[in-house]
Amino acid sequence: MRAFTTLLRWEWLLLALIVVVSLVNSRLSPFFLNGNNLLRTTSDFMEIGIMMLPMVFIIITGNIDLSIASTLGLAASLMGWLFMGGWNIWLAAGVALLASVVAGLVNGLLIVRLGLPSLVVTIGTLSFYRGLAYTLLGNQAARGYPPSFTYLGQGTLFGTRVPFALLVFALLSLAFALVLHKTTFGRYLYAIGNNEQASRYSGVPVARVKLAIYVLSSVMAALAGFILAARFGSTRPDIGSGLELTVITVTVLGGVSIFGGSGTLVGALLALVLVGILRFGMGLVNLQGQVQDIVIGLLLILSILLPRLGAWLSVLRSRQAGTPRALGLALGVALVFALFFFWSRGLILSS
Amino acid sequence: MIAETQSPRPAQRGLVPVLVRFREAGLVLIIAVLIALVSLRNPAFLAADNFRDIVLNMAILVIVALAQAMVIITRGIDLSVSSMIGLTGMMVAFTAAALPDAPAVLAVPLGMALGAALGSLNGLLIAGGGLPPIIATLGTLSVYRGLVFLYSGSKSTINAFELPPAFRQIAKGTPLVIPNLILFAVAVAVAVFLFLRYTRAGRDIYAVGSNPDAARFAGIPTQRTIFMVYVISGALCGLAGVLWVSRFESAQTNTALGFELQTVAASVVGGVSTLGGSGSVVGVALGAFLLGVINNALTLVQISPFWQLAAQGLLILLAVVADAAISRRLQRTMGGRRR
Repeated sequence: MRAFTTLLRWEWLLLALIVVVSLVNSRLSPFFLNGNNLLRTTSDFMEIGIMMLPMVFIIITGNIDLSIASTLGLAASLMGWLFMGGWNIWLAAGVALLASVVAGLVNGLLIVRLGLPSLVVTIGTLSFYRGLAYTLLGNQAARGYPPSFTYLGQGTLFGTRVPFALLVFALLSLAFALVLHKTTFGRYLYAIGNNEQASRYSGVPVARVKLAIYVLSSVMAALAGFILAARFGSTRPDIGSGLELTVITVTVLGGVSIFGGSGTLVGALLALVLVGILRFGMGLVNLQGQVQDIVIGLLLILSILLPRLGAWLSVLRSRQAGTPRALGLALGVALVFALFFFWSRGLILSS
Repeated sequence: MIAETQSPRPAQRGLVPVLVRFREAGLVLIIAVLIALVSLRNPAFLAADNFRDIVLNMAILVIVALAQAMVIITRGIDLSVSSMIGLTGMMVAFTAAALPDAPAVLAVPLGMALGAALGSLNGLLIAGGGLPPIIATLGTLSVYRGLVFLYSGSKSTINAFELPPAFRQIAKGTPLVIPNLILFAVAVAVAVFLFLRYTRAGRDIYAVGSNPDAARFAGIPTQRTIFMVYVISGALCGLAGVLWVSRFESAQTNTALGFELQTVAASVVGGVSTLGGSGSVVGVALGAFLLGVINNALTLVQISPFWQLAAQGLLILLAVVADAAISRRLQRTMGGRRR
């Protein structure tokens, strides 16, 4: 019960942040509160959202999947390559989907059967799958998708401005939320994340569950890849590069503990909305992508740091050996670094 | 690291060093076989020039992979290495371009100091703040890369003609016949080897990675050790940044993008256990060498360079599987309890 109330606090915090950021954004730019603009922005985040759903499952079990963006790239590249070779687009997509199942199985089997740490396995498959994508498409881009396909990424519903991808995401979110919070499978995830050994001894089919979530993760990544390819209208092998960082950021920001065992889908969704409107707002005031990345990176760090602030303050107050000196040193280093940063920069940029 | 249930690790004596040496011998064998195969297909592979190219290309990788290896030994990971290389490289390049009369050799300690500062933030977040290494370094990866962008501003690149010639000599000069770059890599490898084997701080790194609780109870300053390992990682990345800019004679906002994967690959292939607690300098150097040989071989055998990334990933997977197989055999022999 205590855990439930704690989680509730985090989700409320996210909601409050969303309201605050929205207010700030609407002050900064008159274009923010425009319904059409908002709807159009959502399409930037559907791929991240779709990949985030199974990531919540995976992180709750105490694992991770860094290979999702590469699976996305592989599926999209495979589909594009087949399509350029004359295949029917839907057939190509079907094959790519099958490939993603295999990709997920590879991840899952290495992690489950061989007991390898998920971090390193998925770093390996991250390189491997992306590499395969490059070998398929090389320097060329697959393009010329038929409008029936690009509808996935660019189409809207029956004359409204609501993107089709948004509908897909909404339905998937509902499904994932129901599974996580209302089914035994969902409870298994929390159990495994809290204590995998105990779960196994309690009869939880740990191996099957973990295998399932990794396959799910890869399939969702493939789906995201199709939508992304449909949105761009073309595919290059580096499609989706780096998205895994955003997906993990949003998931952890959503209150899903990286150590496993806790988190809600609602929290992850709220975090997605928060990051979405943050990026939208930053874009409206013309902050470049990399600068936006700084903000998101800081957000990730602070989201885990701030809840521990209470523990920190008590350490400071108890004046444990060396703590004020260490802090002073840290601040000093930061100051000197900042001074050098601006000084050396000014040497070139002002001349 | 992500929470995983782990079986108790066996002590680092007796059978383990034998199998570890076996692992390194295995690597040497694989490299030898690969070289033989490739030179059969294309004899140009064995030319001294080509060999020097391979070593030059992997020199920076060796330096950063050693840093990454030390971090992984403590059960952590440093995903921000590429951003630290990029940021320190850019800052040193700006300074060198703005102060052409300053002695170029000062760039090295400058880069290392900047890198150490960046690494200390990682260390603070992880050792002090209790953040999981993957999250902390994921965050700083973005922040530092963004800072490169902010720092370079409208200029965005430092080109070759803006760098003083002495600066380019840092990596390319040959006062001792062998290019400086290689000498730096060798020096770092020797230093890290001695550090890990003969200093208390170095042994502490293994202890903390092997069993953090036991290390703490034994009086080892675990937090300080972990903090130090990230500072060292930062410092070595700073060195790598200077060498990178000096070697390629330019500093760009996307310098070293994605490099962290190669460092993890070199470490893992070189036998650094992802569960922490073990790894050797020789292994990491061999791992980096294997990666370098493969990259070079692919071009010479006229396989598309696009296979490089896939080969790298496959190597990581094979290495990790081999690791698991070895440790499983270890547990059976030592009578340890399996999961």
